[in-house]
Formats: sequence, structure tokens, C-alpha cells
Amino acid sequence: MEKVFFLIFAAVAVGSALAVVTLKNPVHSALALIACLLQVASVFVLLRSPFLAVVQVFIYVGAVMVLFLFVVMVLDIRQARMEAFPQKERWFVYAIVPVITVELLTVILGKGFPRLGPGSTEATTVEVLGKALFTEYLFPFEVVSVLLLAAMVGAIIMVKKRWD
Amino acid sequence: MIFGIKDVIAVLPEITVAGAASCLLLVDFLIPRERKSAVGVLAIIFVIFAAIFSIFLMGTDVMGTTVFAGMFAVDGFSTFFKYVVYAAAVLSIMLSFHYVKEEGINAGEYYILMLFSLSGMMVMASAKDLLTVYVGLELMSLPVYVLVGFMQGDVRSNEGAMKYVILGAFSSAILLYGISLIYGLTGSTGLHAVAAVLSSGSVNQGALNVAVIMMVAGFAFKIAGVPFHMWAPDAYEGAPTPITAFMSVGPKAAAFAVILRVFMEGLGPAYGKWQIMLAAVAVASLAYGNLTAIAQRNIKRMLAYSSIGHAGYALLGLVAGTSEGVSSVMYYMAVYALMNLGVFAVIIMMRKGGQRGTEIDEYAGLAKSHKGLALVMLIFLFALAGVPPTAGFVAKFYVFMALIHKGMVGLALFAVLMSAVAAYFYIRIVMLMYMREPVKEFELAHSRGIYYVLAIATAGTVILGVYPGFLIELAQKASLFP
Repeated sequence: MEKVFFLIFAAVAVGSALAVVTLKNPVHSALALIACLLQVASVFVLLRSPFLAVVQVFIYVGAVMVLFLFVVMVLDIRQARMEAFPQKERWFVYAIVPVITVELLTVILGKGFPRLGPGSTEATTVEVLGKALFTEYLFPFEVVSVLLLAAMVGAIIMVKKRWD
Repeated sequence: MIFGIKDVIAVLPEITVAGAASCLLLVDFLIPRERKSAVGVLAIIFVIFAAIFSIFLMGTDVMGTTVFAGMFAVDGFSTFFKYVVYAAAVLSIMLSFHYVKEEGINAGEYYILMLFSLSGMMVMASAKDLLTVYVGLELMSLPVYVLVGFMQGDVRSNEGAMKYVILGAFSSAILLYGISLIYGLTGSTGLHAVAAVLSSGSVNQGALNVAVIMMVAGFAFKIAGVPFHMWAPDAYEGAPTPITAFMSVGPKAAAFAVILRVFMEGLGPAYGKWQIMLAAVAVASLAYGNLTAIAQRNIKRMLAYSSIGHAGYALLGLVAGTSEGVSSVMYYMAVYALMNLGVFAVIIMMRKGGQRGTEIDEYAGLAKSHKGLALVMLIFLFALAGVPPTAGFVAKFYVFMALIHKGMVGLALFAVLMSAVAAYFYIRIVMLMYMREPVKEFELAHSRGIYYVLAIATAGTVILGVYPGFLIELAQKASLFP
């Protein structure tokens, strides 16, 4: 049963990843990327990593992709609709893709690659992470909160037209 | 693991500074625009409170321990560097009062961002875990990126900030990659645990080499060491001058605090690996910084290259890798802060009305009409060049002695040669001030803040040059291996 689900998710992920690079309209590409990232999140659920799945949705789908879409929409789409790759650099792509493919295949099929199954559930639940964050990692956690405040103030300062 | 009152007391100075920054964000709303200097005055008062807490901590039993599960160290070493960054922040704020009005960037956030950056530096000085090192580093850098681009209408300010933030993000990524490799190799980010695993010798040496290269590259960016210095001249030139003073002194000292602790404590067993890489960065910085400074016409750019060179000198102390070397770097950072802030105080004084005070030629004939100002400028420039009896000479001498005691005579000779080169471009300004006729009347910015900084920096540069023993002793006591 799990295998069936995995195959579905994986097929859709690969399909939408292909769509990201082949579609001409940047907005369609961005939407396809969202679909792809959601599938990866589902694969994380199958791997018993609910926290990773949630983070994947929050950060990639929620924050990063929305930013992507904002930028794409602010740009003039009809102008941005262009060739997938500039003509001149094509040879570079053709040269680099087989190299990476061979490299990946040797790593995956070779003996050094460990056969990993789903991890244990205990280590990745939100509860365990939360406890670690508020005990062992309390100090860096608090520093990060100050850091985020400083970043927010800085961002407002940079974009706000202050006077005149 | 539950934290008690002891952990909170240990980070009281950090809480004071970060809390002050957060509160001042609110206070800022109540202050009308023409009186924003009040935010700066409040900021100085809070930094002084933090400094008092730091003294108070030295007398308690928290001293010499680590808190928050070994993430944060309270020791002489961190206290020494905290005092350097307190001084850098207070003096830079004093330099700012007049300048921000002159440039029309009189906003409360200016001082608040400096406080945020200061709190990051304090975290760095105490960081005992690579995780704390990294978050402290980011907390220090982010506000400085914004401050560099604070002059919204100025193209060079925007350009400097843009280059700084992009290259900064890039270097952070490299540093993080190095840290993650160290974590993968040793199974820990705590410096003591890392050192323990490294000295057991069971670590993959090839991967360790890559990790060390990444960490050296990431840290060298923060101190503007060649070949990771590209951002420095543009950021220094574009930033508001008090911020240039601040970033050439504060973040540099904090970055050196982190570098010393990470390499000596955490990666100490891998001394043979990082020593040669740091030596290469130091030699390249000395040669490139000092030789390129000769060709500069803008004094802020020249000081940027000079600061690259000074990073090279200070790195040599770490290359020696001894207790003496570490304390020589600490002394160097304290002295460099004073003399560099002094030079920038003079440059800020020269900024008035239509006079920008950033071209070296503008200083021609300063001594004819303003003898006192030319004299203090001469003292600072001689100190930067390393002429006795100023503190700059003692700092360099102490670094060279550490090298010679370690048997690295060749490196010491090269550094001496480079300080001869450096003397040329510092003393050229002295020549301009004393030998040339003034082109036009000088306009000077008169502000109490600048006078205080000039007085403190002059006194420090001269007194530490004549009686260096007191601070050297402090540095030796506070060194990582007493």
C-alpha cells in the first residue's frame, strides 16, 4: 500500500519538476514547483518525518514560493516569457546534464550508498524538537528571536521612504 | 535540563543591550525628529549599564564557567573583547550625533541598529558553541548591512550595502557548510567536544581539510582578509562615516574573538591544518592591503585597505598559535579600535556643509590653520603606521615577538617590510597637512561628541604606547590559556 502511494507521489513530483523547466510561462513554472514541493512533503510523511513535511510546506510552499510568485507577478510576464535556455549557453547544459546523471547513478547503484528505511518516529516528533529547542538550545533560540526583530527593523528601514 | 538564575545573571549584559534596543524602538516614537540624538544618549547610557554588569560578573562565581548547556562562556577572554566592542559602540555613537544631522539621516533606528549589532558582538565574544557563533555573527552583521545603506539618497551607500549584504550572505553559507562538516565529522558543535574528537585522531582528514578551508574562508570574510576582502572598500566608502568607523573596529574585534576561540579551542588539535591557511590569508592581506592603499585618493577607501592590512598583522598573532600570540591579538584589537576611531573622528570633523572631507587632497595645509587637529591626526596616523612611542608600535612589536618566539622569523620579517610600505601612505597625509599650503578655508564640524572621542583616542594611543604593560598584562591574564 505504502509503495503505491510512494509511486504516485514520486511520479507526480518528477512530472511537475519536469513541468517547471519546460513550461514557458514563469507563473506556470512557479505553480508547478509548488506542486512538486507538496509531493516531496508527502514523501516525507511516508518516511515518518511529519515535522519535515510540515516545515517543507510552511517554508518552501508558504514562504519561498509566495515570494517567487510576487517577484514574477511584479515583472512584466509577457516580456519575461522567453526561451527556456539562452541559445548560446545550450552546449553547456548538454555537457553538464550527462555528467551529473552518470555521477548520481554511480553513487546510487554503487556499494557505498546505504539502504535507508524509514527512521524511527520518536526522534522527529514536534514534541522532541520543541523540548530540545527550549532546553539545550534555549540560548541560540533566544538570540535568533532578537536577530529576527533586528532583521525586521532593518527591512522596514531599507524600504521605507523616510522623509522629504 | 532546567535553567536557573545563574544562567540569567551570566547573560545580563547581553539582556541589557538587546532589551535596551527593543525598548528604544518604542521610545523612539515619542521623540520628535529634530531631537533624535536623545535615542543615542540613551543608547550610550544602556551600554554603560551593560559594562557595569560585565564588571560585576567578574566578581561572581559565574566567572570562568559556561552556562546554557555549555553554549555561552563567561571568562576573562570574553570580558576583554566585550569591553573593546562597548568602547567601539559608545565612541561611534558619540561620533554620530553631528554627522547624522549634517547628512539628514537623523533617525532613532540608526542608534537602535547599532545596539542590536553590539548585542550580536557580545554573543560572539562569549560563544562556546558553533551554533552560538553563527547566530551571534548574523545578529552582528545584519544591522551593519542596513546601516551601511542608511543614506537612501546616496548611490554609493546603496552600492556598498548591496555588495556587502550579497557577499555577506555568500560567506555565511560557506561558513555554515564548514560548520555542518565539522558537526558531521565530530558529532557535536560544542568547541570542547569538537576538540576532544579531533585529538582522538579518528576523523577523516580529507573532509576535515575541506571543513577547515570553509571556516577560514567564512571568518576571513568578516575580518576582510584577502582574498575575501572585495566588499570592504565599497562598503567603507559608501557607509556613513561613523558607521565606517564602527564596522572597521567592532565587528572586526568580535570576529577576531570568535576566530581565536574557534581555532584555538575547538580546532586546536588541527593546528597544523589551519595555521598554514591563516598564514596565507595573513600574508596576502598584508601585501595586497598595504600596496593597494598607496594608490587611493579617497581617505575612506585608503583606510579600508589599511584595515585589510591590519587584519593581516593581527592574524599573524593567531598563526603563532601560542598564548603569547593570542594575547598579542587581543592587545592589537584594543589598540586598533582606539587609533582607528581617532582617525575617523578627524574625518568626521572635516565633514561640514559643502566640504566632504573624504578626498586625501582636502587635507592639504590643515596644520597651517588648525595646529591642534593636525597634531592629533599625526598621532593617529603614526600609530597606524606603527611609529614609536605610540600604541600602534607596541601592538605590532608584540605580534612580531610572538612570531619570533615561535621561530617564524621569515613571516615576522615580511610583516616588518610591509609596515615600511604602510608608513608611506600614512605619512603622505602628514606631509600634505604640514608641507602644503591650504587651498581654501577649512570648515570644521564642532561637536562635543567628536571632542570627547578625540580626547579619549589620543589619550589611549599615547598612554598605551608609553605604558603598555597594564593592558598587556590584562590581555595575558584574559588569554585563553592563562
